[in-house]
Amino acid sequence: MLSRAKAIRWQEIVTPLAAVVLALIIGSGFILFVGENPLTAYRILFVESFGSIRNLATTLQRATPLMFTGLAVAFAYRAGLFNIGAEGQVYMGAFAAAWVGFTFTGLPRFIHLPLAILAGMAGGAIWGSIPGYLKAKLGIHEVINAIMLNFIALYLTDWLATGPFHGGSWVPETARISPSAALTRLYPPTRLSGGIFLALAAAVVAYFILWKTRQGYELRAVGLNPQAAEYGGINVAKNTVIAMAVAGAIAGLAGTEQILGLHNRFIVRFSADLGFMGIAVALLGKNHPVGVLFAAILFGALQTGSAAMDRLTSVPRELITIIQALIIFFVAAEYLIRRILRMREEA
Amino acid sequence: MGEVLALLFNTAVFAAALRMATPLIFAALGGIFSERSGVVNIALEGMMLIGAFTAMFVSHQTGLPWLGVVGAVLAGIVIGLLHAFFCIHYRANQVVVGTAINIFAGGLTVFLLRYYFGAAGTSPSVPTIPDITIPVLSQIPWIGRIIGRQNPLVYLALLAVVVAHLVVYRTPWGLRLRAVGEHPRAADTVGVHVFRMRYLAVALSGALAGLGGTYLSIAHLSRFSEGMTAGRGFIALAAVIFGKWTPYGALGACLFFGYADALQMRLQDVGVPTQFMNMLPYVLTMVALAGFIGKSVGPKASGEPYIKG
Repeated sequence: MLSRAKAIRWQEIVTPLAAVVLALIIGSGFILFVGENPLTAYRILFVESFGSIRNLATTLQRATPLMFTGLAVAFAYRAGLFNIGAEGQVYMGAFAAAWVGFTFTGLPRFIHLPLAILAGMAGGAIWGSIPGYLKAKLGIHEVINAIMLNFIALYLTDWLATGPFHGGSWVPETARISPSAALTRLYPPTRLSGGIFLALAAAVVAYFILWKTRQGYELRAVGLNPQAAEYGGINVAKNTVIAMAVAGAIAGLAGTEQILGLHNRFIVRFSADLGFMGIAVALLGKNHPVGVLFAAILFGALQTGSAAMDRLTSVPRELITIIQALIIFFVAAEYLIRRILRMREEA
Repeated sequence: MGEVLALLFNTAVFAAALRMATPLIFAALGGIFSERSGVVNIALEGMMLIGAFTAMFVSHQTGLPWLGVVGAVLAGIVIGLLHAFFCIHYRANQVVVGTAINIFAGGLTVFLLRYYFGAAGTSPSVPTIPDITIPVLSQIPWIGRIIGRQNPLVYLALLAVVVAHLVVYRTPWGLRLRAVGEHPRAADTVGVHVFRMRYLAVALSGALAGLGGTYLSIAHLSRFSEGMTAGRGFIALAAVIFGKWTPYGALGACLFFGYADALQMRLQDVGVPTQFMNMLPYVLTMVALAGFIGKSVGPKASGEPYIKG
């Protein structure tokens, strides 16, 4: 007989797993639709993403930004806030990091790199705190403002990178950052960068803040019941702004890592839904830092494997986008999963 | 200065504004029905995308663009029902499900595009719905050049606004719709079927957003391309808020946003970056929400699942 605590923990792991399995099963319908064998396609997907150290490194490289955006969504979620604005925070953080990277030259690396990283965090934090502030001050739901800010960030950085800070070539991007601001490539020729350690550190810090500090206790209290928290003497408005600022800073790190570790310059529209995928990662990871890391690796693996699947079979790589969306549906509708699982137990 | 003024009141710009506003109007009306029933619909973008693809596909397969319109409406309804199913029945977070639908639509349309038409990011050219000239209207001096010759879908969008207004404010169904969105428990108590109302409203929302997508792929252009909605579903959402959840208000917002869109290319020549014009709807919506242009407040129960008790 399992203890109650253990039973809950078991469910925390089983429902996301069931969501993934269900999504893969429905995904196999799409594979059959294009006339391929689901087992073959999924085998390629798995081997290409985990089959060798090199493939694993690519998987981790793809997972790194998702770890950040997943944490950014999960952190805000713990304070009762839905951070749909990670996409915009990624762009603002990325541009700030890139700006420090290409503007200051001749700095020693141990100053330049941390400075660029801090700028990236600041860019994301400022962008994240805007919907937080508007909610705290005026009571406007953070979701709408965050959606609007996503687009504003997209067009603002588009303008910056093609206007005042255009790199000079015909492509819509800034100048390259100085090598002193670049993150180290860990396992060439893969593009895995030192950003992965930053992501792991962010997960540890997020966990520590949320569960080991007074500040985190306040954030979680606000998340569980804002009225009760306010009654208990916690400043809900202040905590709302703090939660969104920290979440924004973490999302900003996703952009920072993409610039300093991968692209080495700001490219217009480079993110391509990293922020939105962060929502999926956070949900799948049950809004817990450890869960987020595993969920990000799964999504990174799907992305890595999809390129080979696309090349070796006639299954378009967008299959994995569909699978990722399906995972969100099923995780979001936990009742559905529980019902399916219960039905199987009864059968 | 005279040049700029001439540009701002150019009939060609107004006509273009109306065209740019059309997909927004359809989607915004969809947003109004959904939100009025208490279901947040940030999936308008995905619903439009699916509509745009289906319209192109049906038109390509049958050569009948109007059949494409029907197909897009049906596809929109299916996606609407999917949204409703997860949000209403399984009480899933409506914003999360909306996000999932947007990602799903982006993936599915490109998946099918590549399967049916090869690797390119666009479909082949397909039969479109031709523009029509309205006999008397087109003869009126200034106005005629703006609304005298347009696509049938443009006229349909304007008509839909009037119908939506009448339905929401002048029919018992509209009263029940608003009641369900404001206070579902009270509505339930007096015998309104909350779930059924919400399912209908969200399905209608999908149908309208699908129509908006249709305009993009087989009226404005003659093909589908990857991610062709380009945020229009979110501009429509902004128009819903900016227009204070009313059809006429949303129409005004859509026309204004369409006008900004139509001016974009022309203003670029006088030194205004296109990105600033692109940003405008989103910035204005934030300003409106903050209460600087009269407070914008949505239906009370919007976003909250109803639990029958």
